[in-house]
Order: sequence, then structure tokens, then C-alpha cells
Amino acid sequence: MKPVVIVGAGPAGISAARTLLDHGVTPCLIDENLRGGGQIYRRQPLGFQRSARQIYGFEASKAQAAHRTMDELAPLIDYRPQTLVWNAEDGRLDLLDNGRAESVDYARIIVATGATDRILPVPGWTLPGVYSLGAAQIALKYQGCAIGERVAFCGSGPLLYLVAYQYAKAGAKVVAVLDSAPFSAQCRALPALLGQPLTLAKGMYYRAWLTAHGIPVHQGATLQKIDGEQRVSGIRWDDHVLACDAVAFAHALRSETQLADLLGCEFAWNTLNRAWLPQRDNAGRSSVNVVYLAGDGAGIMGADAAKMAGERAALAVLEDSGVAIDQRRPAVLEQQLAGIQRFRHGLETAFPFPEQWAAQAPDALMVCRCEEVSAGEIRAVVDEGHWELNRVKAHCRVGMGRCQGRMCGLAAAEIVAERSGRGIEQVGRLRGQAPIKPLPFGVEVQP
Amino acid sequence: MALFKRLAETARPALSFTLDGQPASGLLGDTLLTAMLTCAEHLRGSDFSAEHRAGFCLMGACQDCWVRLEDGRRVRACSTLLEEGQAISRDPGRQP
Ligand SMILES: Cc1cc2nc3c(=O)[nH]c(=O)nc-3n(C[C@H](O)[C@H](O)[C@H](O)COP(=O)(O)OP(=O)(O)OC[C@H]3O[C@@H](n4cnc5c(N)ncnc54)[C@H](O)[C@@H]3O)c2cc1C
Ligand code: FES
Repeated sequence: MKPVVIVGAGPAGISAARTLLDHGVTPCLIDENLRGGGQIYRRQPLGFQRSARQIYGFEASKAQAAHRTMDELAPLIDYRPQTLVWNAEDGRLDLLDNGRAESVDYARIIVATGATDRILPVPGWTLPGVYSLGAAQIALKYQGCAIGERVAFCGSGPLLYLVAYQYAKAGAKVVAVLDSAPFSAQCRALPALLGQPLTLAKGMYYRAWLTAHGIPVHQGATLQKIDGEQRVSGIRWDDHVLACDAVAFAHALRSETQLADLLGCEFAWNTLNRAWLPQRDNAGRSSVNVVYLAGDGAGIMGADAAKMAGERAALAVLEDSGVAIDQRRPAVLEQQLAGIQRFRHGLETAFPFPEQWAAQAPDALMVCRCEEVSAGEIRAVVDEGHWELNRVKAHCRVGMGRCQGRMCGLAAAEIVAERSGRGIEQVGRLRGQAPIKPLPFGVEVQP
Repeated sequence: MALFKRLAETARPALSFTLDGQPASGLLGDTLLTAMLTCAEHLRGSDFSAEHRAGFCLMGACQDCWVRLEDGRRVRACSTLLEEGQAISRDPGRQP
């Protein structure tokens, strides 16, 4: 019999697997990482000694619970770590398992592929020493390293203060935090944020801790340029110049949607995420019959919501397969998810997208780091009359490189929209293409 | 010179490897990226201008950390763990 396949072993995928197994359905759980946990609960390699408290702070007990669940599940289900799903079509997934190509058929599939940082490039962002905020956190959480000796944290979003705090707490020198969101935005957001008082308290705690420890926090400060020859030597904003040897920056997160795209899911523009997202109903059902979506991969809502959505999607799979479930549970989960959604609106108000970014990006700014395409080259294509993103890509190769536009796609769309005088929702979205990540040379792929 | 700075977990067993033929050492549990950037400043030259790159996302998304192993395999440095005796080489990238 074909299995129910779950892609992604983050909070969403793990809770989906747990729920299915609890109802007698043994899933196949596929994840690219070495160890389960996803982004937030990314697990350090075997042999590392730090406690969960040291690594995850306030989230320690949740991280431990997720890891415990993962350890319990691993021998009972078809768990495939270090395995990339690089193509998806009707009923079948193509995998790269430790360098070997293979495929798996599925009866139903839960896509729980999570998110990566949302990047708005700045001049100098390709220099050694510049990383995304998530990357800076991974260096510390997963490897016990700081990305440099003197680190500046820039951009916006909840990860900004969290990672700066984690670095300072671990003994790294944090030279400054630049938040592009003005303080007034955070005050405006308070009413919606109060819906999740615990999360809000944590955010305020990080911010206050940084200030109390003498770390300069600049609000309404937009990183303009990263200086350096062979590596980072400093940053600039407004009329400030600050020496540092590493920079972490990002503007919140973007959903990893390529698989949903290849699976044929319908997408719609989502104003809150400022992105095209695969459509899901309250239960996580997509527009395609046997495809379900859970977690940050279908819209950013954070780890707690991902866990709930994973359970809810698994319950939907069970309902649709004729397995009996507790009929009260779906409504409870859906109600909790709606509460978090309100909080999400608050976060977007607190850390608004810097809408002026595209207009301010200099022509020389390298937007696409794979194909090395500048803002000016993108604008030149727009000036020839093109405004649909895939057309622009065909003309100047932006988003055509190995990262498939994960780093530059959203930024390129902003530039195209601004230059062509269209709304950001009008310029289309980069289509996902297999392989969704480059396959090493020499991998044999069955036709 | 190094890019990364170790803050914790420094008591792990050492592993030796070579980087472009030069002897180097890392720790058990290091990714190739960590092992390389705690003793060097870059991982590769970019495809179109040979500009130095040192990875960016550390989560397998940006693909800006590919390095070459002696058996000819190319791997992502951020998602591959270091093994004793590995010979890692850096692609210089294409000069414009
Ligand atoms: C680097 C980073 C750090 C974060 N840290 C925090 C934090 O400290 N606190 C916080 O509140 N939130 C954090 N977040 C937000 C985080 O996205 C969510 O809170 C949470 O992890 C979402 O859970 P998820 O299950 O939806 O996805 P994720 O946890 O992102 O898990 C998705 C999993 O799917 C796998 N995957 C994706 N595509 C494929 C594929 N094609 N083939 C195989 N496997 C695949 C990934 O490897 C990953 O393990 C972080 C996000 C990022 C990107
Ligand atoms: S650093 Fe981005 S893929 Fe390795």
C-alpha cells in the first residue's frame, strides 16, 4: 500500500507524524537535515554538550519535547533523514538520499517544508562575513560558533532581537542592532500582540536585555551598505559608520513553497505575508485532492502554530481516509490557530515591510548572488517593457541560478513592481522547477 | 585568518583535513563550512567574477557554499559533516 508521506521534520511534520501513528497509520517522514527538529528546534550534532536551556532558552522544554517525540517515532515509522525531495508529481516524489537518487509513491502527502530568511539585499551583502539572521543562529545553535568577532544585527522581524540576544548571551560581541522598523510601529502593534502575552513578553525581554547590557539598539535605522574588500570591515546607515567584521541581516521569513507548486497547488496573493502562497483551508487541505499543507511552508505563523497545523493536517488526512478521529479536536486546533493568526497581524504591524526598499536600491546593487544580476540590469529589462517576473528572469537571468530565487526572488519582484509602476501582487511569482535544489554532478536520475 | 569564532563546544576531538593542500584541523561534529571558516576566510569564488564567497544561509538554501572533495564530489559545505583526513578544495570561480 502506498504510504502517507510527510515532507519536513520540523514542528509541523513531527506533530503530523505523531498524530498519524497514534491513529494506526505509519507515515514516511522525509527531511533534508541530519537530525529532526526543523529550524527552531535544530539539533546540535551528536557529541555536543550544551544543555537545551543554553541552546533554546525559553523554548528549551518545547525543543526537548520535539526531540523526544522524534526519537520515539524514528524506529516506528519510515523516517528518512538527510534526504532531499527534489521533484514532486502526481503520486510520486523524487528523492536524493545521501547522494543516491530514488523515488517514493504516496497515497497522500503533507507538505511541511518550513521557511527561510526573507532577504532584501544591500550593497556588500555577498562579502565573506555577511549572513542571514537564521544563518547566524544556526552557526551558534548547531555549531557553537559566532559568525565573527564583532557582529552587527540588522533588518527587522522577531528573529532580529532574538538572535542578537542569543549571541550576546553566548559571549559574542554584539556591536549594534539596527531595526528598520520605527518604535512607533511597535506601539501601534501592541493591541494585536497582547493576544499572545507570553510571546510578546519574550520579545520585550530580549529588547530590554540588550539595552540593559549596553548594546546599542537603533530603531528606524536602515542598513545602507556593508563595507569591506575581501571581508566585512563595517556598516553604514544614515550618517553613521560602524566598524565590525560580521553582519547578520534579514527581514522576517519567507515560505518554502516549491514543492507545493510542483504538486499543482493553487496559489493566491497573501497581503500579510506579502507573498504568493499555496491555498489551504482551516484544516490544511490544499486545492489538490491528496495534498495537505502545514506549518510555515504555507504562510509564516511560527513554531506553536506549525505544531498545531501539523496535527490538524494529519487529522484531515485521517478523516479523508475514513479513519475515526476525536470529532472535537479539529475545532479546538482551528480556534487556537485563529488566535495565533491575530497575533501575526500584530507582528506585521510591529515589523512592517520596508516598502521604500526597491526605490532606494542603487543600480549597482547585486540582487541575484548566483547569476550576479544587478538592480540596474533588472530595471533595464523592465524599461524594455517587461513586467512579468518569469519574463524578466528569462531576459536577465535573475532568479535562474542555483538557489532558484530563494535569496533574490522576492527582492527582484519588488524592483520589477516599483520600476513598472505596478502593485507587487501584479508582477507574478517565480515558478518552481525541478530539481528544486541542484543535484550533485553524476547522480543518476531515472527518466 | 578565520571568519568564524568558536564560543562553545571546544572540547571535541580534533580531526585533521587539508584545505587546498595545506594541513588544517577541525573538530568532530563540525560541518565543512565551520571547519573551513574557523581557519580561512572564504569557501569558493563566485561563478561569474571569482569574488570570494563564504556561504550565506547555512541551511541549504542559497547554494553559495559548494566545495570539492578529493574524489571529485561536490558538496554543500554547510550541510556536510567533516571527516578525518578529508582533502577539501575551493573552486576559484570564473574570472570575468
Ligand atoms: C534559521 C531559522 C531559525 C529560526 N529560529 C526560530 C526561533 O529561534 N524561534 C522561533 O520562534 N522561530 C524560529 N524560526 C521560525 C521557524 O520557521 C518556525 O518557528 C518553525 O520552525 C516552523 O516549523 P515548520 O515545521 O513549519 O518548518 P521548519 O521547522 O522550517 O521545518 C521544515 C523542515 O523541512 C525540511 N525540508 C524543506 N524542504 C525539503 C525538501 N524539499 N526535502 C526534504 N526536506 C525538506 C527542512 O530541512 C526542515 O527540516 C526560525 C526560522 C528559521 C528559518
Ligand atoms: S550556506 Fe547556503 S546553502 Fe550552504
